[in-house]
Amino acid sequence: MAAEKLAANLKKSAIAALWLAFLTLPIIVIRVDTVEQTVTWRWMHLAYMLVGSFVLAVIWHFMMDRRDRGAAIRAADGGDAESALSRFVNNPRVTKPLMALGFLVAAAFPWVFSMYQTNILISALIYVVLGLGLNITVGLAGLLDLGYVAFYAVGAYAYALLNFHFHLGFWTVLPLAAILGSFFGILLGFPVLRLRGDYLAIVTLGFGQIVKLVLENWNSFSFGPSGISNISRPSFFGIPYSVEQATTYIYYIMLGLVLLAIVITARLKDSRIGRAWLALREDEIACQAMGIDNTKAKLLAFSLGATLAAVMGAVFAAKTTFINPASFTFMESAMILAIVVLGGMGSVLGVILGAFLLILLPEYMRAFSEYRMLIFGATMIVVMVFRPQGIIKARRKVYKINTEAA
Amino acid sequence: MEHDKNAVLAVRNVSMNFGGLRALSDVDLEVRKSEVVALIGPNGAGKTTFFNCITGIYTPTDGDVVAVLRDGKEKRINGMRTNHVCELGMARTFQNIRLFPSMTALENVMIGRHCRTKQGVLGAILRWPKAKREEQEVVDRSYQLLKKVGLESVANEYARNLPYGAQRRLEIARALATEPFLLLLDEPAAGMNPQETLELKEMVIRIREEFQVSVLLIEHDMKMVMSLSDRIYVMEYGRVISTGTPAEVSADPQVIRAYLGEESDA
Repeated sequence: MAAEKLAANLKKSAIAALWLAFLTLPIIVIRVDTVEQTVTWRWMHLAYMLVGSFVLAVIWHFMMDRRDRGAAIRAADGGDAESALSRFVNNPRVTKPLMALGFLVAAAFPWVFSMYQTNILISALIYVVLGLGLNITVGLAGLLDLGYVAFYAVGAYAYALLNFHFHLGFWTVLPLAAILGSFFGILLGFPVLRLRGDYLAIVTLGFGQIVKLVLENWNSFSFGPSGISNISRPSFFGIPYSVEQATTYIYYIMLGLVLLAIVITARLKDSRIGRAWLALREDEIACQAMGIDNTKAKLLAFSLGATLAAVMGAVFAAKTTFINPASFTFMESAMILAIVVLGGMGSVLGVILGAFLLILLPEYMRAFSEYRMLIFGATMIVVMVFRPQGIIKARRKVYKINTEAA
Repeated sequence: MEHDKNAVLAVRNVSMNFGGLRALSDVDLEVRKSEVVALIGPNGAGKTTFFNCITGIYTPTDGDVVAVLRDGKEKRINGMRTNHVCELGMARTFQNIRLFPSMTALENVMIGRHCRTKQGVLGAILRWPKAKREEQEVVDRSYQLLKKVGLESVANEYARNLPYGAQRRLEIARALATEPFLLLLDEPAAGMNPQETLELKEMVIRIREEFQVSVLLIEHDMKMVMSLSDRIYVMEYGRVISTGTPAEVSADPQVIRAYLGEESDA
């Protein structure tokens, strides 16, 4: 049986390799030099292509086989067997020391590594919070929001404009940005209450584009594509400090905000409200028939997600001291959504890992920057084929039952 | 409005049109305190449409749906939103089971407690003592309900992994968690074998005693309907064609005709 499978696998891979070599032949083998009027035949390239695609195809088929076998085992098991990684990170005996270690490393980071590294980590942390925020809307409540970056922009412009016109400081604007974010979340929430799935995605996508277009074209308000510069950094009790110290300071602010966001989202997830969101995601009609106010639950999910994004926007503006509409493209929304989906919808730890993977890998693989989108796309496909639940599957809380009561 | 002094639900002249189609016409129905009332009729008679009309999923074109709350107040509920109807104390199950499949059995019941609890965002995040107490109460209470329907051993299983009969019972437990005065069951015995149906019947009787709840059910299983119900309404083509005790209804020639068809040359 196994030998038969292997033979079939090899045959399929050989056919795939031959076909690919044939298709790419004109591009990779023949080289026409129009100046010297010569044609070079690079046959070695054909060999590389053949061998390379054959090996990849064999691995691919092997992995698919393994996955299908695994699926058969899981199906017999009730469909809920967790992956080794999920089990590992969900084991409290592992997580406790791991969390302590992570916290120590995070706290010491700016003193050990350079400012450049700290800056990269700050942006990764910003994306962690953005991911956690979108996780509320998409992962928990199941409302696909493709215009999430609009709320990020709202926060960033709120700080930049208030700072420019009224010289308001970072700490004053931070709560204002949060309020403004939740307001915009509700503003978007109202018209889309009746929509779901694809329709919701398209309307939110439109909302994201509208915000960006307004910022680009309403020159008297947002200074158009040239953006706003010289935004003040967060003040530290009025004591002046250098750029390097500012980076460290913002890093610690971010660390605090990340912890806050983790606590907020993790606790919300296991609360009455989090359960209502899950029910909403699972079956809207049954959810409402069981006495949950769908309108309230949806608006709350939108506005809480938006609040986190707006707060991050303010931090982003304070960190870069310059913002323009180019920072708030659809690409950003897609990136944040990818973090949530890749990490594992609804899983807090998954989203954190997803953010680090998707933000840090491209930073440290600058050497391959030309292939960045290629690798990005391939990774997404591989994860979705082999791990549709994301890197870490969301796990439901096991409740402590007080049997003596009642 | 005129109705029996023991009524918990009084429906008068309710009609429902879908465009030109009249799905319900002038339906009168009453459910009294601690009564089990069955609504029967051939497929397409409008039974589920009627359920949807009284639970706020549809707004009836005509007529009145009046609920008499536990405190004796009357409330006209046509066109009220589904969640408010549930909050008033009318909880339903669905013909095609609608549980929350990727939530555990316990959590499914806990959802039913949502409209009877108050914890907000701040309570969830700060977890102050009041919020914690309420949360634990929800867990304990839901577990007790699971026990009542015999599902305590699978409390932490995902709803989608439960066997069919258990899913039906879980749906009833979830509805009971909302503390209803009227339980609306849409074909609770559909797809069950005779043994399961018998157990379900006993469970409904037990629940009625224990929770002091009235039951309105749609059902096709005649054996169950006849032995369980206090009164029966028979529907055909959107009208109530007969009503009375099981004995009266089963002797009604109109009912026999609706179910067996008319012999053309009789």
